[in-house]
Amino acid sequence: MLIKRGGDIPSREITDRALYLNRRQLMVGAAALALAPGAAAAAPPAAGQALGATRNKAYDIPDALTAFKDATTYNNFYEFGVNKDDPANLSGHFKPRPWKLQVDGLVHKPTTFDLDDVLKMAPLEERVYRMRCVEGWSMVIPWIGFPLSVLLKRVDPTGAAKYVEFSTLLDPQQFPAQRKGLFNFGGLDWPYTEGLRLDEALHPLTLLTVGMYGQVLPNQNGAPIRVVVPWKYGFKSAKSIVRVRLTADEPKTAWNKAAPQEYGFYSNVNPKVDHPRWSQATERRIGEFRRRETLMFNGYDQVASLYTGMDLKKFY
Amino acid sequence: MTRRGRLALKALTWAACLGPLGWLGYRAGSGDLTANPISFLTNTLGDWTLRILLASLAVTPLRILFRWHWPITLRRLLGLFAFFYAALHFSVWLVLDHFFAWRQMGADIVKRPYITVGMTALVLMIPLAATSTAASIRWLGGARWQWLHRLVYVIGVCAVLHYVWLAKKANPAPYYYVAVLALLLAVRVGDWVKRALTRGRVAARTGPSPRPSPQRGEGA
Repeated sequence: MLIKRGGDIPSREITDRALYLNRRQLMVGAAALALAPGAAAAAPPAAGQALGATRNKAYDIPDALTAFKDATTYNNFYEFGVNKDDPANLSGHFKPRPWKLQVDGLVHKPTTFDLDDVLKMAPLEERVYRMRCVEGWSMVIPWIGFPLSVLLKRVDPTGAAKYVEFSTLLDPQQFPAQRKGLFNFGGLDWPYTEGLRLDEALHPLTLLTVGMYGQVLPNQNGAPIRVVVPWKYGFKSAKSIVRVRLTADEPKTAWNKAAPQEYGFYSNVNPKVDHPRWSQATERRIGEFRRRETLMFNGYDQVASLYTGMDLKKFY
Repeated sequence: MTRRGRLALKALTWAACLGPLGWLGYRAGSGDLTANPISFLTNTLGDWTLRILLASLAVTPLRILFRWHWPITLRRLLGLFAFFYAALHFSVWLVLDHFFAWRQMGADIVKRPYITVGMTALVLMIPLAATSTAASIRWLGGARWQWLHRLVYVIGVCAVLHYVWLAKKANPAPYYYVAVLALLLAVRVGDWVKRALTRGRVAARTGPSPRPSPQRGEGA
């Protein structure tokens, strides 16, 4: 049996994919412009297309990157199906453009943004984050986006806003698992919703994400826009978001509604707090053979101060 | 059934039961065991353990419902293949997943109900596999052998519970197995009730009678 081993190259030493793709893009773009002026500029970026971003080295970690193929074929995205390969196999017809993002609730300036406006809101950064799934596996992914706080400040939350709720697109035409069939029981309550406390949402680590591996976000990874909250289990990082709503009360979240004893609102990565049915002490890094120890807050100790004085066994 | 027919059935069963293993071997050879090979191997071997186990539990219901007697030829083979896949499933967990981390695995067996029932099912399969020969039937005597092999009901329930308890809530897959197991057990219960009622009526008509003789072929 062949088991792929992770490379020993730390992420910081790998040539910045965005940079070299950018160079190619420039050359291709130049050629296209020369052939058909105007045409190249009008086409919106689609999945697989290069997306320029500047690597934010402040978040570099010594861990090797997960292979692009693994990060795009082994996914949990239950709107497409419960199997790990369903998102890659069934998302071919998903249309991430045109796309609107509604931001409202307890804000002074509720706004519905066009995706292209969001892309221009702030300079795009590339950040390499660990991603720990609640199931006990993990990846290391170079995301592209900018801090969610930029978007939230744009709509100017009122003093009453304490939480942020994210809603994923509800569209059974595009998401096969949202269709109610004869045997469709036990599924989640669509649309998928997730939430953060406002201070968590404003934390600089929380990334509004539009790309990965130097490319526009693939459909199976939550195109066209998602959040990435690296110190929480993966399901907290909502995908294909159509609405961001600021609220005074803790929002209901999809997995918490499905199994309240198993998935709390916080869901911080914590090796000392087991899932009721399995241990969270170790994880398998995709591409590696042996399990490795799971780190508190997935190694992002800078968020610890958000939870000072809280019993994290109680607020799991 | 002719001897040739029995042989053909058995050959087909061997092929069908070895198919999933061959498919896994092929995928392993072409480096195509998904991004998480250990998890994929564990899950696939677990799926096939359940499927073959349920197939072995379908032998009696097929006789009750359709008066098909030929599946009985395959029951031992199916039972042994179910044990074979269960042992592979366990070995992947033991060697590849935890690499003999006995303490951690011991704690999991005690603490995690899905692992407790999974281990129970596996351990209970051992005496059944060990007494699968004609010689052991003679050695134990038919009635005692049959009682021992009724453990397969406990094994079936434990194995399906193992899947239900480990799967995430939104995944309906384990409930398909629950449905099939429930159906297979319901057919037996229905048949048992029917025969009990018939015996009762016969007894009422004929007055006091000697103990009813044990029914033949009502085993697992």
